[in-house]
Amino acid sequence: MRLRTTTAVAAGSALLLLTGCGAADMTKQASPFANAQGARTVTLSVQSWVGAQSNVAVAQYLLEHKLGYRADTVQVDEVPAWDALSQGRVDAIMEDWGHPDQEKRYVEDKKTIARGGGLGVTGHIGWYVPTYLAEQHPDITDWKNLNKYSSLFRTAESGGRGQLMDGSPSYVTNDKALVNNLKLDYQVVFAGSEAAQITQMKQFAKEKKPFLTYWYAPQWLFKKVPMTEVKLPPYKDGCDADAAKITCAYPHTPLQKYLNADFAKKGGKAAAFLKKFKWTTEDQNEVSLLIADQKLTPEQAAKKWVDSHASTWKAWLS
Amino acid sequence: MATVTASAPRALPGGLLRHRAAQKLLLLALAAAILVPLANAKWASGSWPEALTVDLTNPLTTASNWIIDNRDSHPLFLYGFGYMSNAVVISVRAVYLVLLAAGWTGVTALGALVAWRVAGVRLAIGTAAAFLTCGLLGMWVPTMQTLALMVVAVLASVAVGVVLGLAAGLSDRLDRTLRPVLDTMQVMPAYAYLLPVVLVFGMGVPAAVLATVVYAAPPMARLTSLGLRGADKEVLEAVESLGSTARQRLLTARIPLASKELLLGLNQTIMMALSMAVIASVIGAGGLGDRVYQALASVDVGAALSAGIPIVLLAVVLDRVTGAAGERAGGEHESSPRTWLYAAVAAVAVALAGRLAGRLDWPGAWTLNIAEPVNRAVDWMTAHLYSGVPVVGGTADWAAHFTTWVLNPVRSGLQWLPWWSVLLVVAALAWLIGTWRTALTAVLAMAAIGVLGVWTPSLDTLSQVLAAVAVTLVLGLATGIAAARSDRFERLLRPVLDVFQTMPQFVYLIPVVALFGVGRAPAVAAAVVYALPAVVRITTQGLRQVDPAALESARSLGATPGQQLRQIQLPLARPALLLAVNQGVVLVLAVVVIGGLVGGGALGYNTVFGLAQGDLATGLVAGAAIVCLGLMLDRVTQPTERRAKKGA
Repeated sequence: MRLRTTTAVAAGSALLLLTGCGAADMTKQASPFANAQGARTVTLSVQSWVGAQSNVAVAQYLLEHKLGYRADTVQVDEVPAWDALSQGRVDAIMEDWGHPDQEKRYVEDKKTIARGGGLGVTGHIGWYVPTYLAEQHPDITDWKNLNKYSSLFRTAESGGRGQLMDGSPSYVTNDKALVNNLKLDYQVVFAGSEAAQITQMKQFAKEKKPFLTYWYAPQWLFKKVPMTEVKLPPYKDGCDADAAKITCAYPHTPLQKYLNADFAKKGGKAAAFLKKFKWTTEDQNEVSLLIADQKLTPEQAAKKWVDSHASTWKAWLS
Repeated sequence: MATVTASAPRALPGGLLRHRAAQKLLLLALAAAILVPLANAKWASGSWPEALTVDLTNPLTTASNWIIDNRDSHPLFLYGFGYMSNAVVISVRAVYLVLLAAGWTGVTALGALVAWRVAGVRLAIGTAAAFLTCGLLGMWVPTMQTLALMVVAVLASVAVGVVLGLAAGLSDRLDRTLRPVLDTMQVMPAYAYLLPVVLVFGMGVPAAVLATVVYAAPPMARLTSLGLRGADKEVLEAVESLGSTARQRLLTARIPLASKELLLGLNQTIMMALSMAVIASVIGAGGLGDRVYQALASVDVGAALSAGIPIVLLAVVLDRVTGAAGERAGGEHESSPRTWLYAAVAAVAVALAGRLAGRLDWPGAWTLNIAEPVNRAVDWMTAHLYSGVPVVGGTADWAAHFTTWVLNPVRSGLQWLPWWSVLLVVAALAWLIGTWRTALTAVLAMAAIGVLGVWTPSLDTLSQVLAAVAVTLVLGLATGIAAARSDRFERLLRPVLDVFQTMPQFVYLIPVVALFGVGRAPAVAAAVVYALPAVVRITTQGLRQVDPAALESARSLGATPGQQLRQIQLPLARPALLLAVNQGVVLVLAVVVIGGLVGGGALGYNTVFGLAQGDLATGLVAGAAIVCLGLMLDRVTQPTERRAKKGA
């Protein structure tokens, strides 16, 4: 083993010398922690929400225990993750909510990223109020009535208006434009991170206080804090083309997987497996709840799901 | 020179001092009387005038697109940055493989033996315990990843720092050019470095290491130069009279004489590099920082803490070991090469033993799950303190009151002030405490914020910083005074301060939101937690260094403890207290970006947004504005005479 280490170091220095006369393309560099000790490594990008953690946890568990890989995970925000994927710093993104600009740049123009097929889960962004509030005021779930109730949502941060809570800056949001264009008496307050947003929502829910928030499904928090969507003017194709003039709801997005183009070609069993990985919203939520609510480690949660859903994942490995 | 004019009035009687201050103010008033009507006539507006801003969105977006499109083809990247990136990846990988090959037994033994040789038995036991705890928490592999990254980053920082420090220490001209650069870097929050580095190098370890080097090298440079300049003149002359060449003098006299400063520099560099380890996880550094960051996603304080504790332990151990080495460097405690050899042999033996026993990876069964009890404690705390506490009200109510009665008035007050009056106030404050040069820097920094077009959010951030500094100073001075009066309290406080100073800020984001809700109040709370330890430390040290003779004579005259404090200790500790204010301001500003993660909004949010969306125009402008705010606040709170001996 010591011998192997020294050979690895020697090989590394030889590589440095070899490339010394040529170009050093840093867009083709793997992570220094990959492939250590002779193991084949796959690096997966985890985004900051738990649903994404669940995809990665199950994929990681199967890669390690059924396919004999070593799987590393790195948490990267959505847009930078595309860049990292194109450079091969990560091998796969398991859940993408639609980034047309990045897709055009990396998949169509530069061809450094390959499509990995659908995840099987459909994502939807919207405005939500807690269900206990919707039961008290049934008409609150229509955007036209939101102004009537804006005083309920006032906080120290929102000034004299109602508070519409937004989350992480990495998420897709049109809320500022929507509030403006729909002439709502609301102030968008950015929680700055999903962790902060969830913590605040849980605190509000514990006291049965009213709140209005940007949120998305599938999401494990719905099981802990039941929420009802507020109807915005319906989504039509192209109604979100001009982000500044937008007046319609968010679309329903089939979530997609993306692989690094080289990895997709040469990744062998791991790449084939990740391309086939496809499950349902219920599956994802089950794992997410184990992680976020019962506080299992992602690995334990994945093991639990894998043990009870053999037929689902066996199809991914064939 | 600048320092001379500023320290002169200090020696003069009080009347004259006031006279000088009045003179400065008068001069400033005169300048204002001429300039303000002109400025007001041309650009009459409350906030920064539109006509004086420069919109950088287009050039920055073009630049960012160009870099991304050319990263795999342009020679600048293929033959320039590509090599840097390659070198980082290869060296981190080499260190990581060696660490893994040594196994947990080898690494622990090696750490303990090194600590034993340089710092004694107690620290050796502490080091071994720290490493074993990392394994026990199930964090062995991430700890090794972080360690590998740290080793490379610290070595690179030291190399860069020593080269710059030698240059500044040996040449006066270079010293004059480097000093303002290093001063600026000292006040620059770590987050501000990330975006440009990521853009060039992409997400991942190379970017993380380089950002760490940029952040951690300045203290090394500063202290190296300080050590070289502070060398005893007589010794140098003696060496010179022996007829040695300049190079011999440097190698045999100046550098050995500066060894204490060099080790202090190493210590500071390591601490700064470690504090960057977590922040760099935002750009894909992996390791412990990434675990903290991932735990944040599932709102899991316990898991964040299990990854945060190894960071704290590494920091405390490295701090104590390098600190002890620095103290020994002063004495003549030389360990012979032979004991080093024994130590090395022993470490290899333990590593081999671990290897033969097949225990290379940390055994999975030997892990301790602290996440659950911690989470239960946090839940209990937030459930019982958030609201409805009898008499005092819950923390949520305090936060709301603080926002409504402190943050909102300060913010609207600052934003209501006409732009020229803000500049005027800055100029007056900076000039009163410093020289016309520092005043000019402060005003220019503030004006740059306006030119960048982020005047309003910057004043929002400024209002949060001011509120946080006020709270920090009240709490910090009170605690510092208490600690200076009671040895036992100080001993109890020390580990607490250590932990809070080194604990990654991500760990306390969730508790802070759970207690204070989302908004600017939790951002202020996070800043206070972060800045408090330094303020307490400096205050305690300052008060304790007050001449005992002065205290004794006051006591013999029958002064009560309160009188002693007010009339002897506080006035005599004034320089230390001013330093505490300055450090408080700089540290609070460093957390502004973190505040953006809990709803602080303004510049912090913009920086986070820029990183998250890869939006250079928003992120870089916000980062630059934070740096300008930092420069301005530093100049406004930094008495000039300190500049002569700044560095420690």
